[in-house]
Amino acid sequence: MTHWIIAPVILPALLAPIIGFVMRHDIGLARAASFAGTIALLAISVGLTVMAAGGETFVYELGNWPAPFGIVLVLDRLAAVMLLLTALLAIVVLLHATATGWDARGRHFHALFQFQLMGVMGAFLTGDAFNLFVFFEVLLIASYGLMIHSGGRVRMKAGLQYVVMNLAGSTLFLFALGTVYAATGTLNIADLAEKVRALPVEDAALVRVAAVLLMMVFAIKAALFPVQFWLPATYSNAPAPVAALFAIMTKVGAYAIIRVHTIVFGPDVAVTDGLTATWLMPAAVITLAVGAVGVLGARRLMPLLSFAVVGSMGTMMIAVAAFTPYAMTSALYYLVHSTFSAAALFLLADLVVSRRQGGDLLRAEPPTVQNGLFAALFFAGAIGMAGMPPLSGFLGKLMILDAMKPTPEMVTAWVAILVGSLVTIVGFARAGSILFWKATAMAPDASEEADAAAEPNAEADAARRPAGEDAAKRPAGAMEVAPTVLALAMLVVLAAGAGPVAQYLEAASGQLFDPAGYVSAVLGGQGEAGQ
Amino acid sequence: MELVVASSVGVLTAGGVYLILRLRAFPVILGLALLSYAVNVFLFATGRLAINAPPVLQLYGEASYTDPLPQALVLTAIVISFGMTAVLVMVALGAYLEADDDRIDLEPDEEAQAETTAKKETGA
Repeated sequence: MTHWIIAPVILPALLAPIIGFVMRHDIGLARAASFAGTIALLAISVGLTVMAAGGETFVYELGNWPAPFGIVLVLDRLAAVMLLLTALLAIVVLLHATATGWDARGRHFHALFQFQLMGVMGAFLTGDAFNLFVFFEVLLIASYGLMIHSGGRVRMKAGLQYVVMNLAGSTLFLFALGTVYAATGTLNIADLAEKVRALPVEDAALVRVAAVLLMMVFAIKAALFPVQFWLPATYSNAPAPVAALFAIMTKVGAYAIIRVHTIVFGPDVAVTDGLTATWLMPAAVITLAVGAVGVLGARRLMPLLSFAVVGSMGTMMIAVAAFTPYAMTSALYYLVHSTFSAAALFLLADLVVSRRQGGDLLRAEPPTVQNGLFAALFFAGAIGMAGMPPLSGFLGKLMILDAMKPTPEMVTAWVAILVGSLVTIVGFARAGSILFWKATAMAPDASEEADAAAEPNAEADAARRPAGEDAAKRPAGAMEVAPTVLALAMLVVLAAGAGPVAQYLEAASGQLFDPAGYVSAVLGGQGEAGQ
Repeated sequence: MELVVASSVGVLTAGGVYLILRLRAFPVILGLALLSYAVNVFLFATGRLAINAPPVLQLYGEASYTDPLPQALVLTAIVISFGMTAVLVMVALGAYLEADDDRIDLEPDEEAQAETTAKKETGA
């Protein structure tokens, strides 16, 4: 039974090379295999979530080597939730990429997609810090391929920046892991939790350096200030379905911070006493501010959405930085919500941008074929992202505000979140009215002018809009709109089922703040093995 | 010994960081390569420096030995950084061929053009 724990890693790992080597000339076959694999992944994730719901922490020892000598995969409630979230998002993104033909505009989309899933799933499951690094590399190397999928001058340049940024980040990760190992002599997360707690406070210097280095590395992935700058350039130049999939990548960084900085360097640890929260809180607040201002100032739709993602990471990390169980519950709820709302907006943006003359430039031009439909979807997505009722963003932000009330940072957090939300709403309202509302006032013959004005950007836009002129006039079919609607439906489900979801997440964060359970589950067999 | 290892890590890192901050793709790639060398040496040292000692402890007791785990970590790190550098070179080459120059930054004129067009359209 416990063998199912490794299935989310094994399945895409086997499927990806088969798609890459055997099915590379047959897009239909590759699509079918990719769908079958992702649906199976979803089924496995649901099974694992149900399995973990009982509260037991399941441990899978690779090669049957007992921890801390071997690598372990650990399944608890948090890991299960993240698996389920990834699988659901993958289905939505895959549907969109297939329906809009994005997957056929370059090579090996489905193989890279599966490798990406493998890396993400592995990062959520692993119980070993060095293994976490390896899975980070797996998901990054796949994301490099996806980022430059279908090519184009601007996209290649942005892709190069993205690769360089992440390679530097990986090097920093290795430095951090080396420091951790030098200070404690282990890299198993559960073992680290024990060793760090047993360390005398006089020898804290090296461990404190390691804790902050690790946080820095995860902050790069989670796009926290001051290392958030790669995100807008990357997301806004990536193919839209890939940007939607990348919504989970920032969450991988957030997950790693949550995992490592509660279990290992938690608030109860003497040597790193409050160190994480001290740095995380201001970083999160500034991230939120940067995101909100970016949304307000963006001149293109894709960067606007990217900044909205940055802002949502800031909101979430404010709750994480409080390091209380209730705040963690609200952060996890908001994490699930922001993943789907970002995905929905990116997918919708793809539908709109590919039908506009000026690409994603925010300026008035004649309405696209289905202006009303797109406007309605954008409205729903923006409500979700900005955190207005009735969608789940409102509940998420409400929970965060409520959770921050008893903490000393209450004023900062409330002001940041409320003002940030307001600015985000204004930014989205501006974008929505330019894109959809002003369009209805324009006569169709104005399109000639708009065309001429768009000329200087033709090359840049071509990269974002490879579908060509014919596609611009074509209304989006039901299959193309379905993934966006599906992602928005997730927000509705999340809002309607807020009670049960919050209960599950509360139990998950309860597990996080009880490292003893995690440690004893992982190192439980150590006694026998040592004898 | 300690001095040699520490200063080589330091010099490699400093050189790597300097090169990463350059504007062209080629020095940046070299910089990342230097950084990965630095981190490999650093990882080696995390198991403490022991000379002429076997990597695996044969007999329990006072025998001197080298920690074998960092060596395994370094091996993994070398393989990964090698693969990543290859990918990086391919992406850089692709970007160079697409854009006809190897500048690493996104051109500001493009952004500016977008901005002026946007102003013209929306400001009116």
